[in-house]
Formats: sequence, C-alpha cells, structure tokens
Amino acid sequence: MLNRTAENAARATPEPLARKVRGISDKGLAWLFISPTILLLLAINIFPLFWAIYLSFTNYRANRSNEVVKNLGFANYQRILGDQDVWIAMQTTAHFVFWTILLQTVIGFTLAWLIDRKFRGHAFWTTIILVPMMLSPAVVGNFWRFLYQPQTGLFNYIVAFFTGVPPSSFEMLGSVQLAPWAIVIVDTWMWTPYVMLICLAGLRSIPEYIYEAAEVDRASNWRQFWSITLPMALPFIMLAVLFRGIENFKMFDMVNLLTGGGPGSTTEVASITLKRQAFESWRTGYSSAFAIILFVAVFGLANIYVKALNKVKQR
Amino acid sequence: MSLTTAHSVVAPSANSKRIAGTIIVAYALISIVPLLWIFATSFKTPPDSIAYPPKIVFQPSIEGYCNLFTTRTRQAPEYINSLGPATGICDETARERNMVIAGPSNFLPRFVNSLIIAFGSTFCAVFLGTLSAYGFSRFKVPLADDLLFFILSTRFMPPIAVAIPIYLMYRELGLSDTALGMILLYTAVNVSLAVWLLKGFIDEIPREYEEAAMIDGYTRLQAFWRTVLPQATTGIAATAIFCLIFAWNEYAFASLLTSGTAQTAPPFIPTIIGEGGQDWPAVAAGTTIFLVPILVFTILLRKQLLRGITFGAVRK
Repeated sequence: MLNRTAENAARATPEPLARKVRGISDKGLAWLFISPTILLLLAINIFPLFWAIYLSFTNYRANRSNEVVKNLGFANYQRILGDQDVWIAMQTTAHFVFWTILLQTVIGFTLAWLIDRKFRGHAFWTTIILVPMMLSPAVVGNFWRFLYQPQTGLFNYIVAFFTGVPPSSFEMLGSVQLAPWAIVIVDTWMWTPYVMLICLAGLRSIPEYIYEAAEVDRASNWRQFWSITLPMALPFIMLAVLFRGIENFKMFDMVNLLTGGGPGSTTEVASITLKRQAFESWRTGYSSAFAIILFVAVFGLANIYVKALNKVKQR
Repeated sequence: MSLTTAHSVVAPSANSKRIAGTIIVAYALISIVPLLWIFATSFKTPPDSIAYPPKIVFQPSIEGYCNLFTTRTRQAPEYINSLGPATGICDETARERNMVIAGPSNFLPRFVNSLIIAFGSTFCAVFLGTLSAYGFSRFKVPLADDLLFFILSTRFMPPIAVAIPIYLMYRELGLSDTALGMILLYTAVNVSLAVWLLKGFIDEIPREYEEAAMIDGYTRLQAFWRTVLPQATTGIAATAIFCLIFAWNEYAFASLLTSGTAQTAPPFIPTIIGEGGQDWPAVAAGTTIFLVPILVFTILLRKQLLRGITFGAVRK
C-alpha cells in the first residue's frame, strides 16, 4: 500500500525533475514533515485518551493514588447510565444547546441577510458585530456577572427601565427560573456573530444569475427567499449549527464563571458535572467513563461536521 | 459577478438598504454596550461602579488600575499620617481610602505567563503546522483524508474530558503547573487548526514555483524554504494570530491544570477581590488590558476571520 503510493508519486513526477531531487526523497520528506505533528497529538491526545479508557474500568481516585486499584468492568458505565444526576445534566445541556442554537441561527441569519444588502458602511459595522466572538468566554462571562447584579447591574437596570419592574426584584443568576436564560443570553450575545459570518458567506456564494432568472420568471420575493436563498445557504447554516452544537455541548468556561452550575444544579451542564466528579469529588474512574461517553458523542458529531465542511469547501 | 451593478434587476432598493443599515447599526451598538461598560467601569471608583442608577457620567479615576497591580492593607489614619509623602498617584488613592500599598499583585506575573504560554504554543503550533500542511498539500500521503480528520478531531475533544488524564500524566511527569506543560497542551490543540488552515493557504500557491526552482537545481527542501514559505507569509501570519487568540483566551485547561506559578490571566482575573467581594473596577481594568490585544487582532484579521473559523474550508 505504502510502496504503491510512493511509486505512483514517483511516476507522477516528471523524469528530469525526479533526477534533480537530491538528498532526501519526497516520501521521506513527507513523513519528516508530518510525523512531528502526529507524534505530538499521539502523546498529548491519544495516549491520555487510552489512559482514560483504562481508568474508566477502575475505581481509581486521583487524590488517593496509594489505594489498590480494582477492576470494575463496566460498572462505571452502568452507574452513569443509571445516574439520575447525569440524566439531569444531559437535559440541561440539551436545553442549553437547543435554545442557543435556535436563537443564534435565527438572529445570525437575519443579520447576515440584512448585511447582504450591502448598505453603506456595512463592512465597518460587520467588524464591530464580530468583536464579541473573538473574546475570551471566561473573561467576558465573568464580567457579565457584574452586568447581572440584581441591585446595580446594567442589565437589570435596562430591563427595569423598559418594563417598569424594580431592578432588585429579579436575580438573573440567582433564580432557578432565570439562571438558564442568563447563560443563553450571554452565549447568544457572544456567538451570534459566528453564525452570522458563516451565513453571510453562504448568501454571498449564491450566484446573482439565479435571482435574475427568478426575476424574469416573476417569482415573488417571498418565493425567491424560500426557493433560492434558504436552500442554497442551507449547507452553510448547517455548518454553523453543527459547530456551535459541538462547542456548546462541551460548554464549560462561560457557565463555570457565570453560575458555576448553580443555583443548586439548575445550570449544571455535562462539563460542569464532569468537572465536579473529576476534580472535586475525585472519582477519577467514574468521571473517566463519563468523559469517554462524551467523547463518543462529540466524535460522532465531529464526523458529521467534517462531512459538512467538505461539502461547502470551495475550489 | 460583473452584474452586481446599480443596473442589476436584483440589486436591493435604496429603501431596503436604509432599513437593513439601521437594524444592523442598532444591533452593533447594542452588542458592544457590555464592552463599553467594561471599559467605563475600569475608570470608575469602587463606589461609583456599584452606584444606582448606573453612572454613565462619572469622574474618571485610575483606582481600578492601581488596585489591579497592587495589594493593599488597611491601616490606622495615624499610621498613614506618620508616613512620608505619597510616592505616586496609586499611593495617594490608596491613602485616601486609609490603605497602604503592601506590594505588587499577582496580575503582572499572570499576564506575563499568558504571554509566554500563548506565544510559545503559537510558535510551536505554526512551526509544526506549516511542515505538516506542506506535506499534506504537496505529497501523496497514504490515508491523507483519515489523518487530516484525525488531526481535526482532536480539537473537538471536550477539554474537561482531556484534562482528567492530562492531569494525571502531568503529575507523573512533573509538568503540573508549568509553562512547558501548558505550551505542549496548547500546541496540541492549536496544531489541528494550523494544519487545516495552512493547508488551504499552501494549496493556493501554484506548484509551478517549486517545480521551476527544482529545475534550477534546488532540492525540494530548498524550494520549500525559498519559494513556498515567502509566499505563505500572509497565511502563516493569519494562522499564528488565530492560534494566539485561542491560547490567550483559553480557560478550561488553565483553570484545572495551573494554580500558581504557571497560571494564566483568564483563571486569575475572576479571582481579583477587594474588601467585601469582587473589586469590579480592578476586574474591569484587568479585563480591558486583557481584551485590547484581541480587539487589535480582530481588526487586523477581519478579512481572514471566515477562513479561520471554518478551518480553511470557506474562503469567501
């Protein structure tokens, strides 16, 4: 297999060129160039992954490394799948992923659609809109705690200003009903620009002549939107949705700083549960099993995402 | 493409442009209010920062920045009066609050850690990424698609899940809470982005350049060095900025794997507290200093952003 490819490569190289290549062969060079990256990833990602798989079958606790490690078989996995708290965390995650993606897609697509009108100054304002997504979710998420302060926060003040309810009557981060939405708001604020930027690329990839043909056929604007704009931008929208889905499925930093999973466990998404189990309760074996389950889920999604990437790939 | 002129039958009308423009400008202004608020808060005094109603007009003060860089202790007024004249504006503000500057805070070392780790990992990721991207772009690598998928898939691993075995591994190797450990980890995360992005950039450089160079007697390696690299500079720079932003912003690994000497700014900033809770002007000052480089980079990168966030797949 290896040899045949090398032979093909050699045959594909024009004869005078092949003779010119001195020293290291192309095949050797290719591996010399690629192997450091692969080795690094094997050492930092794959080796730990296998270690985690091993640990997931044991009762190992990282804070009691002297204890005898027992093999538990699939007991950790069985316990996770039967654990009420894990299912609640998964539901919280699903709720968070669903609402953030819905809001980001609707707002992001609308913004892209408006920017595509190419009004004067659209490039400048687009750059301004893009700023939040480049910032650190942790550092900015931390600052949103200040905006959400019940007495004095800017967010509460603005809501109070427009609705008339007293600003100290509601706590965005402290109330069981509002805390999940507080996170959804920050995430939407931060990542709508991401969806917008990709949707904009989708809209700009639609050739003008299709609209001209539709105009000749006297298709209404409404009809053009549903039959041309939306279907042709759809692969791009899917790309954005998939990526945001994966990212929010493993969301940690912003939630950890805004609520830390609280109040109680109302905003405890999967990553927060994992962190509590692994680094607070030190149930290393159990949390490794949970980590493996999350890996498998993300890996499946990533596979679909790469297919979507190849679909929109230009050139 | 050439039909996109004022004469095009499908060009948006002036009216629809005006409405679209108004909505976009309104959204942009609303969405930067939190950032402007951070900036404004960094120049408020602690009482001003928690005043009700929130103060839009206020007397600017650099107390937040002073508090960010110093630790202070409360002292009796008699003791403060017995001291010599204040040595600087920060000393003066502290004394007004019956405090004495006790020493520098941890912000500067944490900020320096962020710089070292971000630049170190970016350099390594871009170095490895450029080599691999060239390899994937120019040679027939067996199972190239699978390898590329493998490389990208490592970026999607949930950080907390990765952190559990890494924590144990680093503990064994003595890499816990070291800059080297963090650089290795961030390099591994960033290299996937670097390979994918740079492969796109290198694919765009015509092979004819290298082939011509090789006919002139260069070896493959010399051709890579003398013709491909100079042409890929823009792509390498853009990739480096993306890697830098990731490493700069990263929180999950940093908060779990560093606690002291190698701690970066993101896990540190939320821990800035004053007397009786979070010192918001100091937090805002730290946040402002932390965000300004990213703002600059975002403006520099605006044309490459789309490419960066889609791993090079969408090029506009």
